[in-house]
Amino acid sequence: MRVIGLKCRVCGREFPNAPLYACDNCFGPLEVIYNWEFIAERTSKEKVEKGPKSIWRYADLLPVDTLKPVDLGAGYTRFIKADNLGEEIGLKNLYLLDDSTNPTYSFKDRVVSVAVTKAIEFGMKAVGCASTGNLAGSLAAHAAKAKLPSYIFVPRGIEKNKIIQAVVHGAKIIEVEGTYDDANRLATEIAEENPEWGFVNINLRPYYVEGSKTLAYETVERLGWMTPDQVVVPMGSGALLCAIFRGFTDLERVGFIDDNKVTLNGAQPRGLPIAKAVKYGGNVEPVKKLETIVHSLAIGNPADGIFAKEIIKKTGGSAEDPSDEETVEAVKLLAKTEGIFTELAGGVTIAALKKLVEDGSIDSYDVVVAYLTGNGLKTPEVILNYIPETIQIRPRIEEFEKVVVA
Amino acid sequence: MIRVKFPSAFTSITKERRIEVEADGKTVGELLDILFERYGSTLRERLMKDGELVPFINIFVNGEDIRYLNGLQTELKDGDEVAFIPAVAGG
Repeated sequence: MRVIGLKCRVCGREFPNAPLYACDNCFGPLEVIYNWEFIAERTSKEKVEKGPKSIWRYADLLPVDTLKPVDLGAGYTRFIKADNLGEEIGLKNLYLLDDSTNPTYSFKDRVVSVAVTKAIEFGMKAVGCASTGNLAGSLAAHAAKAKLPSYIFVPRGIEKNKIIQAVVHGAKIIEVEGTYDDANRLATEIAEENPEWGFVNINLRPYYVEGSKTLAYETVERLGWMTPDQVVVPMGSGALLCAIFRGFTDLERVGFIDDNKVTLNGAQPRGLPIAKAVKYGGNVEPVKKLETIVHSLAIGNPADGIFAKEIIKKTGGSAEDPSDEETVEAVKLLAKTEGIFTELAGGVTIAALKKLVEDGSIDSYDVVVAYLTGNGLKTPEVILNYIPETIQIRPRIEEFEKVVVA
Repeated sequence: MIRVKFPSAFTSITKERRIEVEADGKTVGELLDILFERYGSTLRERLMKDGELVPFINIFVNGEDIRYLNGLQTELKDGDEVAFIPAVAGG
């Protein structure tokens, strides 16, 4: 068996392989303990390379024991050398891992595929989550495939496309008055009352977050089993950054890389807790009012904030906090240079990357990977306010020549 | 009466999930003292570090995080609901 059980990330107390999420000793979050000896004996680079073109090529390194995952094809997405963008911002070796091409158009398919597979393993009767939108669509789709009902809690007022995408799969979408943090608190209370339901980012959270490690695995595999010098990761709760770090560490454990010396940098919209603490000093303090257009990263009380900050510091990284305007400009820059339309979270990442190069934190010859976690068509309403209007003419060539060419 | 809800992670100490406590007019800090009296010092040791609440537990009064109210000084009135919820947000 790959999974031995769970362990508290704070005090180290151990728990069985079960849908648990909080330590009963210090209430800290739990993480999966793997049987690394068992895994190292069974996995190899060659086996991975022959595997499916999805996250399940790394099944040996994921916390599931089933041979039949709930799989819509998440992962092994586009990995490109971004020479145009690199030239624009001053990088010679810039790569983009583009998760906007996942089955439901965001990186969430990686975590949800693992979590719903785990829900089936645990014999759960339904699945649920609190979501800012991307998770909603992904969970709804995977639940449909797994033939499980799903209950999804979102803050009222998130982007229409994200709601439609979830509803169409038959999920019950509950729009909660308030912010993401309000929706999340309610979902946690409901999860506490319904232990036979698998709330992917609550009671299945220790397993769920492991899906994001595949971003690190793919990064290394696609670079020819080499680690990058630096990565730039968008942060909401900070869980993604922590998972990517664990992913690099795992590869060292199984001998796929010699050592993990990757510098992790975080990107978060201005005013949010993690980037604020890393950049300006102090503790990761929750904020109540979330004033950003980047809804997918708007988490006021980030559960992994403390850990994400620690990893950034430990690996010699930095955090940047672009403004909304800088974020939109970055979305447009990426679209115009690389032909990739990413959602606003991707804009935050690219804007942060640009700042990190400008202030010298990233060297122009560093091998850098930036993670684009979602598709631009998810958040069109916001972008609409920042792009030029279309040119409108009657069907006359004279008019075209007068209005467009002149 | 104040209604109090505990998460499953508390049950090894509290053995119960929902209770009602006579704490009208008292603060959240004073309610904690009543709970520490009721369940013994283990709960205090696990919940408090240097006089402050540990970071992985959030306390909500009627759905509002006490951080955004008056912290441990937040006053309680008859009918209020106090919920202890482990910190899991986002991902």
